[in-house]
Amino acid sequence: MQLTNRSKVVVQREMNWIEKLYLPAVFSGMAITIKHLFRKKATVKYPEVQREFAPVYRGMHVLKRDELGRENCTACGLCAVACPAEAITIDAAERKKGEENLYREEKYAAKYEINMLRCIYCGLCEEACPKDAIYLTDRIVPSEYTRGSFVFGKDVLVEKVDERIDVSKRKKEYSIVNNPGK
Amino acid sequence: MEPIIFKIILVAIMFLISLGIAAYSTYAERKVAAFLQDRIGPDRAGPYGLLQPIADGVKMFLKEEIIPNVSDKWLFILGPSMFMVTALMTSAIIPWGRPMEFGGVTYNLQVADINIGILYIMGVLSLGVYGIMIGGWASNNKYALLGAIRASSQMISYELAMGMSIISILLLTDGSLSLNAIVEGQKGWNWNILYQPVGFIIFLVCAFAEANRTPFDLPESESELIGGYHTEYSSMKLGLFLFAEYINMFISSAIISTLYFGGYNFPGLDYLATVLPTNVVSLISVGALFTKIFFFIFVFMWVRWTIPRFRYDQLMRLGWQVLLPLAILNMLVTGGILTFFNS
Repeated sequence: MQLTNRSKVVVQREMNWIEKLYLPAVFSGMAITIKHLFRKKATVKYPEVQREFAPVYRGMHVLKRDELGRENCTACGLCAVACPAEAITIDAAERKKGEENLYREEKYAAKYEINMLRCIYCGLCEEACPKDAIYLTDRIVPSEYTRGSFVFGKDVLVEKVDERIDVSKRKKEYSIVNNPGK
Repeated sequence: MEPIIFKIILVAIMFLISLGIAAYSTYAERKVAAFLQDRIGPDRAGPYGLLQPIADGVKMFLKEEIIPNVSDKWLFILGPSMFMVTALMTSAIIPWGRPMEFGGVTYNLQVADINIGILYIMGVLSLGVYGIMIGGWASNNKYALLGAIRASSQMISYELAMGMSIISILLLTDGSLSLNAIVEGQKGWNWNILYQPVGFIIFLVCAFAEANRTPFDLPESESELIGGYHTEYSSMKLGLFLFAEYINMFISSAIISTLYFGGYNFPGLDYLATVLPTNVVSLISVGALFTKIFFFIFVFMWVRWTIPRFRYDQLMRLGWQVLLPLAILNMLVTGGILTFFNS
């Protein structure tokens, strides 16, 4: 069976005198390389230009807020349980009076840490979350100098009220998986 | 007769140009390699990465300098120095352009027009192998030693064929060894490549071998010998080895252009000389020579990123059993034809 039509039958024979000169082979090789000189380059100049990611790409996490800017997370701990790498640590706290504009429900995560070096970006936390709180985005985890600084806390993970992170692509994927009829 | 100060200035200029071209050859090499492999190469340091050689140089200077305690310290330092000095010496006799004229005095754009020009080049090129050999030997490391032995046997083998192919050129220029006379004999389209295509191919292949460039870079074949003769070298001493190699490449390109492609001559130069001032024509001729040189530097790189390395026995067989007999045959045929037509 042939998978491609590019296979060549190899013949073990003495080279004839033209082939022994090597020069025709050298020149045809050089012709091939010079063609590549003018080809479109494959390089993406990373920090300035970003490659387009697939809609299912799983990058750095985000902790979502609702439309009023309140944190969705209620510190139920399902993500931490679901996490196969045990990368998530949560400390829960009760919402005080006057904090209704900060947290959506009575309980919230006082501490929410993801160890980015342990995380395997499987997306199970996102699947486990009943409150639409955690999503994996198409953002790349930035480089750090120490292991400790890879433990991302709420200051990095929770989205800013004025710069929302778009996760609509992930949500769509989610709905298709969970509601095959739609 | 031009004053001695002019020669000193010319030497200084040639020194700086050699170093500058060698520095930017490293940049060009990386760019050419990248483009031939559908990449874009260094582009971070300065616009289009043009400051990359400076960054590399600073890196080389700032690296820790290691001299192995089992090595012979003086020879260890002498190796790269000698390689560098011999690489720089060859540029002395290349005629870079038509003579200039200031205040009625003619200035030759050639540091020394010695009548044994080619012999001098061959001599200095052979001295270069001592730099590699001493460096590799003094390292007291088997990889370095193997690399050095390979380098010396390779350079000695290919020098023979190289010399033989040059003799055919000497036959064409009535036996003058002066590079100036060889260039003067190639006015207009009268380039030696048209009379000596076989000789040119032999010379080119030998130049690749002499400059330790792929496909003949066995002395430093990293896949088998780690780094070859410069395995133990670090910091600027390694830099000198690498740098000298690029200078060798530049000089080889200059010699190829001079011997086979008319040096600073190009068709129409004589006409230009009648209409333009002498100094302008001189600068144009220098430009013509450097265009040819840059083309050959590009060919060096082009070949490097195309052809895989030869095996050692293939290398020796090519040198002794193919190139040397071919060069001798070429010389005999050239001599025979010249005798036939001249008598």
